[in-house]
Amino acid sequence: MVRFIDVHKEYDNGTKALKGVNVRIDDGEFVFLVGPSGSGKSTLIKLITAEIAPTEGRVMVNGFNLNTITPRQVPLMRRTLGIIFQDFRLIEKKTVYENLAFSMRAIGASNRELRRRIPYVLQLVGLDKKGDRFPGQLSGGEQQRVAIARALVNNPSMIIADEPTGNLDPQRSLEIMMLLERINELGTTVLVVTHEKNLVNRFTKRVVAIENGRIMSDGTGGYYNGEKI
Amino acid sequence: MARRFDAGYYISEGVHSIFTHGFMSFAAVCMIVACLIIMGSFSLLAVNLDNMLGDLENENEMVVYIDDSLTQDQARALQPNLAQVDNVSQLTFVTKEAAVTDFKAKRQEIADVLNDLPSDAFQDRYRVHVVDIERMAQTKAALEQVEGVSEVQAAIEIADGFVMVRNIATGVAMVLIGILLVVSLFIIANTIKLATFYRREEIAIMKMCGATDGFIEWPFVVEGMILGLTGALIAFFVQWGLYQLVAKLAVQGNGLSLVTMISYSSMATTILAVFCGVGAVIGVGGSLLAIRKFLQV
Repeated sequence: MVRFIDVHKEYDNGTKALKGVNVRIDDGEFVFLVGPSGSGKSTLIKLITAEIAPTEGRVMVNGFNLNTITPRQVPLMRRTLGIIFQDFRLIEKKTVYENLAFSMRAIGASNRELRRRIPYVLQLVGLDKKGDRFPGQLSGGEQQRVAIARALVNNPSMIIADEPTGNLDPQRSLEIMMLLERINELGTTVLVVTHEKNLVNRFTKRVVAIENGRIMSDGTGGYYNGEKI
Repeated sequence: MARRFDAGYYISEGVHSIFTHGFMSFAAVCMIVACLIIMGSFSLLAVNLDNMLGDLENENEMVVYIDDSLTQDQARALQPNLAQVDNVSQLTFVTKEAAVTDFKAKRQEIADVLNDLPSDAFQDRYRVHVVDIERMAQTKAALEQVEGVSEVQAAIEIADGFVMVRNIATGVAMVLIGILLVVSLFIIANTIKLATFYRREEIAIMKMCGATDGFIEWPFVVEGMILGLTGALIAFFVQWGLYQLVAKLAVQGNGLSLVTMISYSSMATTILAVFCGVGAVIGVGGSLLAIRKFLQV
């Protein structure tokens, strides 16, 4: 569960990125966070991942109070999150399997846990036959599937996808979104940051629209930038 | 999944990284070798200088003259009183007869003049060596207070000269070693930083997955330690060769044996331990300095 209570964020250069944001994402929800460039989407994600701290207000993520979280607790909080980036951020010199193993190793998983979990996750994202490939040998859509698998492999309670379809064609974008929808159906909370209006409107999901650091609309079933579709 | 200390993983990652960034690793080892040899050379120079000064200090003795009114037995009986004086390390009683004989032996060129010198022309005396020549003046004053002592002769200025030379040499060596140590640390840090820069993406991914700073740092610590110890071992043997060469040249150009050098083999264990310690500190310290920036995610 993510909860923002009257959150403000002002950067050192004086930019006010968030101005009193109140939002709540419950466990098991699928939420689109939409808004134009510079609206505050990235700041909101960085606050959830504890890369930055709020200037004012309270942020709660999966049981952790990020206002009082200690540096030692930050890694524990991040283990409850799986993050997917627009540019995939895969390690080019490692195979698909090794990329996933690397992520599991980072939180101290044993070889036995690796052998049990990785094939399952690769099958879930439809890449069970491509564990020995390097990222450069895969298409963009497949690379994003690897990134999704990596986000899932540590069994997080929430997936945050930051513009996951930004580098993909419409067909591959739809496939990725459907995969995220399936992951959500399996019980994982999914937060997708995007500004692809058409894609958002193909799904009947909750849409939180942000602009100029303020939540402009929050509702289900095709709201985007305050316009009813 | 429980967090555990996976030493095998850290070592394998550290070793793997050394070979992945082969050129940078080679450069780091070369820097460590160069820094250790420079530091080692200054240290060995300081140690040898200190040793030579120590020899000269040992030759610097005081002479305590005993009052003529005392018999030789009474003069001998003063020895425990003199030995009790702080900083006195060694006492040798010299009778007035022995002093005359010694004087005549040293003045062979005027032997005919000294032939008539009576055997009791000089005073009974003690030759005194001190523990610390820096406290020679205080020791001289204390010896003068002992009953039966008529006079104490001590080359205080020469002793002070030795102390000053030794202190300057040690101070200069310490400052140079300190500067070189800091410079080495930053050179190694920058060398490893370049290697770390290539891996910043991996570090960022690990951080986002929930890896602790310790988990990320350990492979770099292993890498730095291996580079540091490798550099230390190479530097130890190169230093040995250089030292032998210098020692040989010193003997060849030093017919009077004024310069005496300590043998490398007698210091080898200490040098190896110091090189390994400094190498490990430079390697690990450099790694941690290099990675610190990339952990701030």
